[in-house]
Amino acid sequence: MGALPIIDHPDASREFVTNKARSHWHDEALWFVRSKRDKQAHSVPEWEYLREQASEVKTHTIANLDRYLVEFEKNATAMGATVHWASDAADHNRIVHQILKDHGTLRIVKSKSMLTEECGLNHYLEDNGIEVVDTDLGERIVQLRHETPSHIVLPAIHIKKEEVGETFHTHLGTDKGASDPQYLTEAARGHLRGKFLSGEIGITGVNFGIADTGGIVVCTNEGNADLGVSLPRVHIACMGIEKLLPRHQDLAIFTRLLARSATGQPITSYTSHFHGPRDANSELHIVLVDNGRSKLRESETFRHALHCIRCGACMNTCPVYRRSGGHSYRTTVPGPIGSVLSPARDSKAHKSLPYACSLCGSCTDVCPVKIPLHHQLLAWRKELVGQDRMPKSKTVPMKAASYLFQHPKLFALAGKAGRTALRWLPHFATHNRLNKWTIARELPLPPKESFRDWYRKNRG
Amino acid sequence: MSVALFVPCYVDQFYPDVAIATLELLERLGVDVVFPQGQTCCGQPMANTGCTEDARPVAKRNVAMFADYDAVVCPSGSCTSMVRNHYDQFFDSGDTAFQHVKSRTFELCEYLYDVLEVRKLDVRFPHRVSLHQSCHGLRELRLGPSSEVMTPRVDKMRSLLDMVADLEWSLPTRVDECCGFGGTFAVDEAELSASMGRDRIADHLSTGSEVIVSADMSCLMHMQGLIRREKNPTQVMHIAQVLVGRPIKELAKTE
Amino acid sequence: MATTESRQAILDRLTSRVVDANPLPTIDPSRLTTFEDPIAKFAEMLAFVGGEAHQVDRIEEVREILSKNPVFADATRIASVVPAAIQGNVDASQVDDPHALSSLDWVIARGEFMVAENGAIWVDGSTLPHRVMLFIPQYLAIVVSRNEIVSNMHEAYQRIGTPKPGFGVFVSGPSKTADIEQSLVLGAHGCRKLQVFLVP
Repeated sequence: MGALPIIDHPDASREFVTNKARSHWHDEALWFVRSKRDKQAHSVPEWEYLREQASEVKTHTIANLDRYLVEFEKNATAMGATVHWASDAADHNRIVHQILKDHGTLRIVKSKSMLTEECGLNHYLEDNGIEVVDTDLGERIVQLRHETPSHIVLPAIHIKKEEVGETFHTHLGTDKGASDPQYLTEAARGHLRGKFLSGEIGITGVNFGIADTGGIVVCTNEGNADLGVSLPRVHIACMGIEKLLPRHQDLAIFTRLLARSATGQPITSYTSHFHGPRDANSELHIVLVDNGRSKLRESETFRHALHCIRCGACMNTCPVYRRSGGHSYRTTVPGPIGSVLSPARDSKAHKSLPYACSLCGSCTDVCPVKIPLHHQLLAWRKELVGQDRMPKSKTVPMKAASYLFQHPKLFALAGKAGRTALRWLPHFATHNRLNKWTIARELPLPPKESFRDWYRKNRG
Repeated sequence: MSVALFVPCYVDQFYPDVAIATLELLERLGVDVVFPQGQTCCGQPMANTGCTEDARPVAKRNVAMFADYDAVVCPSGSCTSMVRNHYDQFFDSGDTAFQHVKSRTFELCEYLYDVLEVRKLDVRFPHRVSLHQSCHGLRELRLGPSSEVMTPRVDKMRSLLDMVADLEWSLPTRVDECCGFGGTFAVDEAELSASMGRDRIADHLSTGSEVIVSADMSCLMHMQGLIRREKNPTQVMHIAQVLVGRPIKELAKTE
Repeated sequence: MATTESRQAILDRLTSRVVDANPLPTIDPSRLTTFEDPIAKFAEMLAFVGGEAHQVDRIEEVREILSKNPVFADATRIASVVPAAIQGNVDASQVDDPHALSSLDWVIARGEFMVAENGAIWVDGSTLPHRVMLFIPQYLAIVVSRNEIVSNMHEAYQRIGTPKPGFGVFVSGPSKTADIEQSLVLGAHGCRKLQVFLVP
C-alpha cells in the first residue's frame, strides 16, 4: 500500500482513454448499468423521498456515531458476537490474522469487501502463509490475474470475456479460446465449490450494521457470502464504522436504494441478516474499522462522504470514469467518491483526482444518499491550492487571469491582441503540441470585433 | 426596470453574435437592457481551478458592477450558477448588494420563461435541431429535468424552442451527458475531454440533426473545435441566436 | 494497538468533535407505494429477477408441478422442511456437519412472507436445520402462504419486528452474476433456479 509512485490521472488514464475501442466498450458497459438504474429509480414514485430520508438518517448517524457504535457493540455482544475495534488498516489485519491463528486456520474464503481491499488484507494474510480465496466471481477473476478490482461493485468490468477465458484456461483448465460467459461462470462455480467446502473460516464485508439490534446485513447476488460463512464455524465480518444504521427499520430505506442504484435490480438476490453466531459452537467476529473515517468526520466540508453505501452509481454515471477505467485512479475506491475520499488519506499522492472531473454534477444527482460529490471535488481543489499542492503551471495562469479580469481596459486590449494574433498567425503556430486545447480541437475563429466593441458602436 | 446584460468573457471576445442576439431578443421583448461596460468575468475559471483567492476580487468586482440593476441576464448557465451557487464563499451573508445580485441574476432561458413568462415567439427555424443540455444549467440551475433525478421539472430550453415555428427535434440518446468541456478540465485532461466531446457529437448527430443548440456557448466552443478539426458539416448555435431568428450559418459568418 | 486501546482512541476522536445534526426522521407511510394486487406485482417482480411463481390451490400441486420439471424428476438428493408439499429423502436435521449437504440437488424451504415491490421472500433461518440449505443445493423451491405478503420493504421490516439471535434472509430470485462483461448468468454459487409456490 502506498508504494506506487505518484502518477497523475491524465498520465495514468492515457493508455485506456486513447485505446478508443476499449474505452468505448467500457463506457457502453457502464452506461448500460446506469440505464438499468434509471429504470428502477423511475419505477419507485417515492425515489426522491427515499434519497432524502437516507441522507437524513446518515447525517444523524455520523453526527452521533460514538453513541451508536457503543449501542451496536452492546447489542451485538448480547447476540453472542465478538466485537473488535481497529483504528487503522494494520490493526484490522492483525486482528483478523489473530483470529485465524487462534483457530490454526490456513485457508479462508472471502466475499467482496472493499474494506479488506482498502486494508490490503489479502497480501497481509498471504505473506503470513494463509491461502485467501476471493469468492465473488469478479474478484476471483482479478485475483487470478493478480490485478485489483477496477470498480467496487463490478470488480472485473474492465476485463473482456476473452481475457477471462484465457485466465480460466490457465488456472481452471477451461477450453482454450472459450469465452462464453455461461460456460466460464459454470467453470468458476465448480472451481469455487471446492474452495467453499475447504474454507476453514469465512470473511465477509458488511453492508449495514444495525445499532438497535446488534445485527449485520450482507448483500450479494451470487450467494457467495452466505455459502462462505454457513459452512465453516467461524465468520469474520469486517465493517467500516460508517456502515452503521441506528434502527432495524432503517434497513427498509437502504435496501430499497442500494441494489437499484448499484445494478438496477430491485434488491440483491440475497440480503442476509446475521444476529449473532450460527449456534453455540460457532463464532461471529465483527471487526469495526476506523482507518481515517473519524478524521474525515471532523471535516465539515467532507463529512458527508461518510454517507456512502458503496453502490457504485457515481462510477457508472461518471463520464470520466467510464472512459478512463477504474485503475486510472490508483485507489481502492475509484470514481467520484474515490476522488473525494482518497485525497483525505493522502492529498499529495491523490492531488490530481479532484481535477479528473468536468464538474458535470451527474454523480451528485445519482447518489442515493445525496452526497454533494461534485461540490466536494470542487472543495478539494480549493483545499489543494490552499495546501500549495498544485504546480505553478496551474496556479500562475489563474493569477494572471485574475489580474486581467480586474482591469477591464487591459482585458479588452488583451482580447483584441489575442484575436488579432489568432487571425494572423499561421495555423501551425497556434495549433501545436504546446497548446493542449488544439491537440484535438480547433481554436474558435476570432471575430474582428468583440461584443463590447460592437456595443460601443451600435448602442453607445 | 433596468436590466443589465452579463456577457461571459469568452462570448464577448469570441462569440459576439451570441451577445448581440441576446441583446436583440431582450429588446424585442420590450426589456430595457444595457451592457455595463466595465464587466469582464464572473471568476469561474479561477474558482473551478481551486484558486479561490484569485477568484475573490473578480467576484467582488462583478457584484459591484451589477448591484444597481433590477435584474442581470446572462446567456450562460455556467456563469449564472457561479454567481448564484458559488459566490457565497466570497461575501458575508448580510451583504445586501451581494444578496440582491445573487437573487436577481438570471440565466437567459429562465429569465424568458419564468420572469417574462414568454409563451409564444414569432420566429421560424426550419431545421433539425439537437439540444445540448449544459451540465451547470441542468444540474445547478435546474433549467430542465435531469435524467438522474426523478423530480418532474419543466424543460425551459425545450419549451422556448417549441415556440419556434418549423423547428424539428432530433434528440441524442443520452439526453444530458456532459460534453467534456469542464473549463480547465479541457486542457488538464485533454484526451478525456476530447473523447467525451467526440462521443457527445456522435450522439447528437446519430439522429440526423443539422445543428446542435445549447444555452451554454462554452460547451459549444469545445464541440465546435472538435467538429471543425474533423471537418464535419454540423453547425452549433446558441439558443439566443435561434430564438431571435438567425439563419443557420450565422455563427460561422460572424467569426 | 490492542483492540481496547483502539476502541478508546476511536471513541475519543468521535466524542471530541461534537457534530450537530437533525433528529432521526420517521418515514411517512402515506408517501410509500402500495399495490392493489400485491400478488400480481410479486409474481411480476419475481419473474424480473429470474424466479418463477406458481399459485396453487392445494399443497399437493407443489409435487405435481415439480414432477413435471425434469431437473426435479432426476434429482436424487432432496431435503424438505415442508413435508406436506414434498417429502425429502435427506433428513438434514440428522446431519451434524453442513459440509455433508454439499451434494443436495433440491431443497424445499419455507418462506414467512413475500415482498411485492421486489419479488423477495423472507426466510427465517430457524426454519432450517442448517442455513447452508438455502445456498448449497442446485435448485431451491420456497413454499409460502399467499396471504403472507407486504407491499414494500418498510412493511417488511415492520413485520419482522425485533430480531432474535439467528439468521434471516430476503431471497429474490436465483443466485446470479454479471461479472463477465455484464452478461447475466443464473446460478453463480447458489441455486440455479428458484421456484416459489404460493399456497392457500
